[in-house]
Amino acid sequence: MLFKLSVKNIRKSLKDYAIYFMTLILGVAIFYIFNSLDSQQAMTDLSSSTKEIIRLMITMLGGVSVFVSCILAFLIVYANNFLIRRRKKEFGVYMTLGMGKGQISRILVGETFLIGLLSLAVGLFIGVLGAQFMSVLVVKMFEVDMESYVFVFSKTAFFKTILYFGIMYLAVLVFNTVSISKCSLIDLLSAGKKTEQIKMKKPAVCILLFLASAALLGVLYYLVAVTPDKLDTGSYGIIILLGCLATFLIFWSLSGFLLHMVKRNKKYYLKDLNAFVLRQINSKVNTTVFAMTVICIMLFMTITVLSSGLGINHSFRVSLEEMTPVDVNTEYMPPEGESAGISVSDKLQEEGFDLTAFQDDYVDMGIYATDQLTMGMTIGENIDEVTKNFMFLDANLPEDIVKLSDYNRLAKLYGREQYELGDGEYLVLCNIDDVKLQRDKMLKKGEKIRLDGVSYSPRYEECQDGFLMMMTNRINPGIYILPDHAVKEAWRTGGFLAANYAVQDKKGVEETDIKINAVRRESGIYSNTRTDIVSASMGLSTIITFVAIYLGIIFLISGAAILALKELSESSDNRERYDVLRKIGADESMINRSLFKQIGIFFLMPLSLAVVHSVFGLQFVRKMMITIGEVNRFGSIVTTAAVLLVIYGGYFLTTYLGSKRIIQGK
Amino acid sequence: MNTVLEVANVEKYYGNKSNLTKALDGISFSVEEGEFVGIMGASGSGKTTLLNCVSTIDRVTSGKIIVNDIDVTRLRGNHLNQFRREELGFIFQDFNLLDTLTAYENISLALTIQRISPAKIHKSVKEIADKLGIEDILEKYPYQMSGGQKQRVACARAMITNPQIVMADEPTGALDSKSARMLLESFQYLNQQMAATILMVTHDAFTASYANRILFIKDGKLFNELVRGRDTRKEFFNRIIEVVTLLGGELNDVI
Repeated sequence: MLFKLSVKNIRKSLKDYAIYFMTLILGVAIFYIFNSLDSQQAMTDLSSSTKEIIRLMITMLGGVSVFVSCILAFLIVYANNFLIRRRKKEFGVYMTLGMGKGQISRILVGETFLIGLLSLAVGLFIGVLGAQFMSVLVVKMFEVDMESYVFVFSKTAFFKTILYFGIMYLAVLVFNTVSISKCSLIDLLSAGKKTEQIKMKKPAVCILLFLASAALLGVLYYLVAVTPDKLDTGSYGIIILLGCLATFLIFWSLSGFLLHMVKRNKKYYLKDLNAFVLRQINSKVNTTVFAMTVICIMLFMTITVLSSGLGINHSFRVSLEEMTPVDVNTEYMPPEGESAGISVSDKLQEEGFDLTAFQDDYVDMGIYATDQLTMGMTIGENIDEVTKNFMFLDANLPEDIVKLSDYNRLAKLYGREQYELGDGEYLVLCNIDDVKLQRDKMLKKGEKIRLDGVSYSPRYEECQDGFLMMMTNRINPGIYILPDHAVKEAWRTGGFLAANYAVQDKKGVEETDIKINAVRRESGIYSNTRTDIVSASMGLSTIITFVAIYLGIIFLISGAAILALKELSESSDNRERYDVLRKIGADESMINRSLFKQIGIFFLMPLSLAVVHSVFGLQFVRKMMITIGEVNRFGSIVTTAAVLLVIYGGYFLTTYLGSKRIIQGK
Repeated sequence: MNTVLEVANVEKYYGNKSNLTKALDGISFSVEEGEFVGIMGASGSGKTTLLNCVSTIDRVTSGKIIVNDIDVTRLRGNHLNQFRREELGFIFQDFNLLDTLTAYENISLALTIQRISPAKIHKSVKEIADKLGIEDILEKYPYQMSGGQKQRVACARAMITNPQIVMADEPTGALDSKSARMLLESFQYLNQQMAATILMVTHDAFTASYANRILFIKDGKLFNELVRGRDTRKEFFNRIIEVVTLLGGELNDVI
């Protein structure tokens, strides 16, 4: 009998709380997909270095999953809590009929069990299907060619999902039982007739508080976006806490004085149902400020994490193509006591490496440096601006120098621009934007450098784009190119070689990679193959992207679901109010419009503050990630906005339509 | 005197053929401008159904209801809403004030949905509040008011649009006797000083005794009619009690 009641209750509420079930299902599906990565078919076709990275990724995703399950648990407990609150009257009726609290708890156990089973089953089903798409995505990201399509199913992920969600539902059960056992019958029965006490806040206090919290936010924004380097790790926590507090206070005070401001404008206030809409919002903001704060923070996380994750991935990819024009770079840095004069190719042969493995057009050149040309001299007074962002740079560090003819040979191999220099001229290659900015200041002034009594002036007013060594991204802080005669052999610090392999098929590349990597490090030879750079970069960017998408979407759906559920449950409270409006003759269209406005404002309030937060949050990320490259890419912000629009907008629309159905009493 | 309301042979059936309930069974009457008409009947007699049909909240099965030369049974959709907000005023038993709005906003709402200019709204609200003696509570919320005050705010909301007819459904049902008396005196004021036409449904003889004319309904049919004429309220009250007794104690919850 009790079980029958549970089933009927679920069937009844399934329509009203479709959004809750959808979110649960989505949560289960996403959880499964990201945890099933290990058994993806694509993974078995990967090279060993990529496999290492994937293993790292799976470990990381596992850790993130714990965090994600905490968020989902919060969502489920929170959502369930006000579903229970809404049903107090129903429980009251059961109790007047002589049902004990134990029996009511049993009904709830039955319901939770059914909901859990249903959402897990559907969610896992969708998750298993989704994992197939995921494997396509992985294949694309790691550029593996899959021999044949195989259906992917991860047993570990399957049981992990069931375990984690099982624990969450158990938590819900405990919460439910506790909240029921605390209620008295009279509370339960009169829960529907609650006359909400609308405490009016003093507008003056609200305005003051609003200004204070806005000022606090301003200070925090300044700290994170303008001077992030002055913060230590310990102060991050304080800043986040203060940020949450300020967000909360902004919503709290806004609800108090916004109404007063609008009320003054009688023209607007006494138009259509505006007064009603504003009062509705006001009455609810008072009770939902906390939820709004949570949602605002979640949206902020979504925007920042997703946008910078995608940005980092993109910047990796773009630079990767440009940064890896040849198969291998080999550097010779002579160990203590050995001569720097020997060329890289000679050294390689000495170490038993067969140079016929390279194509003939390989470039072998010398790297020079002298105390007469240090970073402190070339960048001048702005050196602090550079060293504070780039720990590996220092004022006493000598600048790398190469000969013009050497560089032009390399540029030809790399397919880059070749340069010409007059006798007394030099040029600088640099591709870190922030360093370039400081160098350009000096070049613009025509700053001369003096080497052995001869002075050289800059050929160009700004740094040229270019590099010697292949890297995962644009991190060449600066290389001086001088006419051949200006460079003394005594300055030679080592050699550099760039080459393409003679054999270009997959197997040949792999074999040559192994051979060149086998050369002893002790000899001073350091090689960096394209394969290594690509897989390191790809792996890292893929991890970042996956984690960003995973977290971003979880944050987004949790936030949107809380908001949607809150609105829907309140719509049923508001039904009477809309009935009154209808009785005194308000048009359906007028009522719908007011409902739309009301829900729209509720969705927009946390979003707008979250967008403002994100502007500064992204600035912070940009500054912290400056060495990786530009992360605030327009494209990734647009993608984030699109994801936000579709998911958040979808939740908004569903909420509006659901509320409309509720207030129409259908 | 113009006829503002004419109810002609109205029938309202619920259910289907095998199980038919005739809530209204061929009722006809008319209300003149400036009249204060009470409708009495036992619970289940159809009085609320009648009021709902006249106020276009419910539809009739057959018959005509003509308000000011418009047959409201033919109105559909937004015309209905327009009719309701421009020609009718409502006063409900449970006040039906919006709890999130102040008295001022509750009253002005009736005008804002007619898209009347804000300046005019402000003036009208002040005026009606003055007449009903509720200026002091305009900035209060429903939960801060007594039942009588709430009901007078509801009166103001119903009257502010200058409706053809004010519909009152058990207006004293949720009030103590003192508040009820005050409310009914305001009704009398509306009726006599502001020439409002009032149609009031009640099963309370005391409340009904404030009306000029009373229609008694039994089983969906007009059963009797009483006109106050020159009687004092007390005499009229006694006559009402007589009819109620005649109805056979079915109206046992009088007074």
